[in-house]
Amino acid sequence: MATMTIAKALNAGLRRALEADPKVVLAGEDIGKLGGVFRVTEGLQKDFGEHRVIDSPLAESGIIGTAVGMAMRGYRPVCEIQFDGFVYPAYDQIVSQVAKMHFRSRGLLKMPMVIRIPFGGGIGAVEHHSESPEAYFAHTAGLKVVACSNALDAYWMIQQAIASDDPVIFLEPKRRYHEKAEVDDTATPDPLHAARVVQPGSDVTLLAYGPMVKVCLDAATAAAEEGRSLEVIDLRSLSPLDMAVVAQSAQKTGRVITVHEAPVNLGLGSELSARITEQCFYSLEAPVLRVGGFDTPYPPSRLEEDYLPDLDRVLDMVDRSLAY
Amino acid sequence: MSDASGARAEVELVQLLTPEGERVSHPDYTFHGTDADIAGFYRDMVLTRRIDTEATALQRQGELGIWASCLGQEAAQVGSGRAMSDQDFVFPTYREHGVAWCLGVDPVRLLGLFRGVDMGGWDPIATGFALYTIVIGAQTLHATGYAMGLERDGLVGTGDPARDAAVIGYFGDGAISQGDVNEAFVFASSYNAPIVFFCQNNQWAISEPIERQSRIPLYQRAAGFGFPGVRVDGNDVLAVKAVTEEALERARSGNGPTLIEAYTYRMGAHTTSDDPTKYRLADELEHWRLKDPIERVRAYLVRHGAVDDAFFTDLETESDALAAHLRQQCLEMPDPAATEMFDWVYAETTPYLKEQQAAFAAYQASFETESASGTGGH
Ligand SMILES: Cc1ncc(C[n+]2csc(CCOP(=O)(O)OP(=O)(O)O)c2C)c(N)n1
Repeated sequence: MATMTIAKALNAGLRRALEADPKVVLAGEDIGKLGGVFRVTEGLQKDFGEHRVIDSPLAESGIIGTAVGMAMRGYRPVCEIQFDGFVYPAYDQIVSQVAKMHFRSRGLLKMPMVIRIPFGGGIGAVEHHSESPEAYFAHTAGLKVVACSNALDAYWMIQQAIASDDPVIFLEPKRRYHEKAEVDDTATPDPLHAARVVQPGSDVTLLAYGPMVKVCLDAATAAAEEGRSLEVIDLRSLSPLDMAVVAQSAQKTGRVITVHEAPVNLGLGSELSARITEQCFYSLEAPVLRVGGFDTPYPPSRLEEDYLPDLDRVLDMVDRSLAY
Repeated sequence: MSDASGARAEVELVQLLTPEGERVSHPDYTFHGTDADIAGFYRDMVLTRRIDTEATALQRQGELGIWASCLGQEAAQVGSGRAMSDQDFVFPTYREHGVAWCLGVDPVRLLGLFRGVDMGGWDPIATGFALYTIVIGAQTLHATGYAMGLERDGLVGTGDPARDAAVIGYFGDGAISQGDVNEAFVFASSYNAPIVFFCQNNQWAISEPIERQSRIPLYQRAAGFGFPGVRVDGNDVLAVKAVTEEALERARSGNGPTLIEAYTYRMGAHTTSDDPTKYRLADELEHWRLKDPIERVRAYLVRHGAVDDAFFTDLETESDALAAHLRQQCLEMPDPAATEMFDWVYAETTPYLKEQQAAFAAYQASFETESASGTGGH
C-alpha cells in the first residue's frame, strides 16, 4: 500500500495498463518527454517507447480521429486532451464518430478508447482551462463518462476504463491532482459504473463527483457540528448513472441536493433531479435542489471563488432543503 | 538544427541584417526606411522586451496567474507590427505583446487576462487588435472571415493607400497542425482574401519540436493551398518589415493571401508554468542567443553612428518608467464585481439569468449582514 497523489495514481494505473496489454497506446500533446502538462504520463515514454506513448501534433481532432482508426486495428488508445477547453476541436470526432461506431456497425467495430480530460476550475487559470464539459458527453449515446475524485479511484478507474470495450470519457479533477490518499494495488475495486456512499448520513443526500466530492465531505463535517447528518455520494460514473445507489439514499433521507461545477442549466443535476423525482416521488420531503456553476461562461479567475460551489453554498442549500 | 525544416533554413531565409549587425541585400526584398526608422524599431523592441520581463516578474511575485513571454520574438512582432497601416486589422494569439505595442494598445491592458480580472481588456475595434485567443488556431479563421468582409466592403484594390485594408492573422508553428488553420488557408485561398498569415516558428509548441508538426519548411505549405509562402529571418526586424509590407501590399491590392514564416526562437519557457529544461538542451538556447533580435540592431546603430549615446540612456530611462508604470497599474488593477459576470453573457439578457444575478447578489449580501450583526461570519 502506498500513499500517492491523484496524478501519481493515474500514472501508476497507466503504467500497469501499458504493461498488461501491448495494445494499449497513449497519445496526446506533450505527453512524452514533458510527461504531460500535469505530469500524469511522466516517465512512460522513456519506459515504453515512442510507439506506445505518442507525442501528437497539436491537433485534437487528429488525436481522436486517428485513435478511431487505431481502435479499428485492435489498439486501445488512451488519448489525453490537455485541458477541458481544448476538447472542442475534437468534439465532432467524439460525438459523431467515436460514439456511434459500435451502433452503426451493429457491434462489429468496437471503440475501446479512453479520452482523458483534466476538468474543472479552481486553479487560477486563464479562459478555456477550467471548464466542465461533462454534460455534452453524457448527453451523447454511445459514450460512457466517468470522473474520479481520489487517488485510489484514479488508480483503478483508469485501468477499468482502458479495459472497457466502450469509449470512456475520463474526467480528472485537475485541482485535486496533488491530493494524496492510500492506494492499495491489490484491492478489488468497485465496478467502474458504481456510485459509492462516501459518507453515510440520514438528513440530506449530497450527490457529487470529481472535485466537488471533497467540498461535499467538508460540508458534511461542518453540518455535523450543527447536528445535521449529511450523506455524501460520489457518483463516479456520470453515464451511466448508478440510480440504485442514488434512489436508495433518496428514499432514506427524502432530501437530495446535486452539486457540480458545471452550470446548473441542463447540467447533470437536472437529469438526476428528474430521475429521482420519477423514482422516489413519494419519499421526497423536498424538491431535489441543485448547486452548481452559474449560467455564465467560466469567469476570469479572480471571480472563480464566487463562481464555484463552495461549502457555504452547499450548506445554504441544505438549509433550504430542510426548510421544506 | 538537424531537422529537415531547419537544415535548409539558412539558405531559404530572407535576411537583410545579419546577426553581426551588417546590412545585406536580397534579390526580392528591400528595406525601405531610414536609420531613424531603425532606431525606432530598436526602441519598440527594447520596450517590448521590458514589458515582457516586467510581466514575467509580476507573475513570479504572484500578481499574474500566468504569462506567455515573447522573449526572442521581438523582431518578428515589431517588424510585422510596424508594417501595418492604420486600417489593417490584427488577430493575435496570446503572445503578440510586441504587435500590441505597435498598434498602441496600452500594455497595462495586456495584463488583465493573465491576472484573471478580465478576458482581454482592450477595445478591439478602436485598436485594430482582436482579443487574445487561447484556443490554438481559432483566430486564423476569424482573420480570414474579417478579410473576406473587407473585400466585400470594397476596401481592397481601390488604389487608395488610405483605404485599402488587409488583415494579419498570427499563429505558432504548433498551430499549423490544427484543422482550423488549414481550413483558414482553404477559405483564404478560395476567396482570395486580403490576409497575411503570419506564423512565428519559434521551434517549439510547448515541449514538441517543429519536426512533430511538419516535415517540410512551414512556408512551403502555402504552395499546396495555392498562395505564396516566404520564410524570413524572424530575428531580423528589417527583413520582417520588408517581407510583411510586401505581403500586406499584395493583400490590399487584391492579390490574395500570403503565408509568412518568421523563423525565430522562443528564448524563454512556453509560459511561466512551463519547464523547458525537461525537453530542450541548453546549447540550443546558446545558439539562438547569438542571433538575438535586439543585439544585432544595436550593433548596427552603434557601428554606423546612427544614434548617439544619449539615445541609449534616454531609452533606458523610458524603459524603466514604462516598467514602473506597468507594475503600479497592475497592482492597482481592481477585481471586477462578481455580479458583473452575469451582465455580459448576452447582448439581450434573459429573465432566468437576471434571477440568478439577483439571487447571487442577495446571497453575497447575506454574508455582510451576518458579519455586521455579529452572528458568526464565514
Ligand atoms: C486547441 C488547443 N489545444 C491545446 C492547447 C494548449 N496549448 C497552449 S499553447 C500550446 C502550444 C502552442 O504552440 P505554437 O502554436 O507553436 O505557439 P507558441 O505558443 O509556441 O507561440 C498548447 C499545446 C491550446 N491552447 N489550444
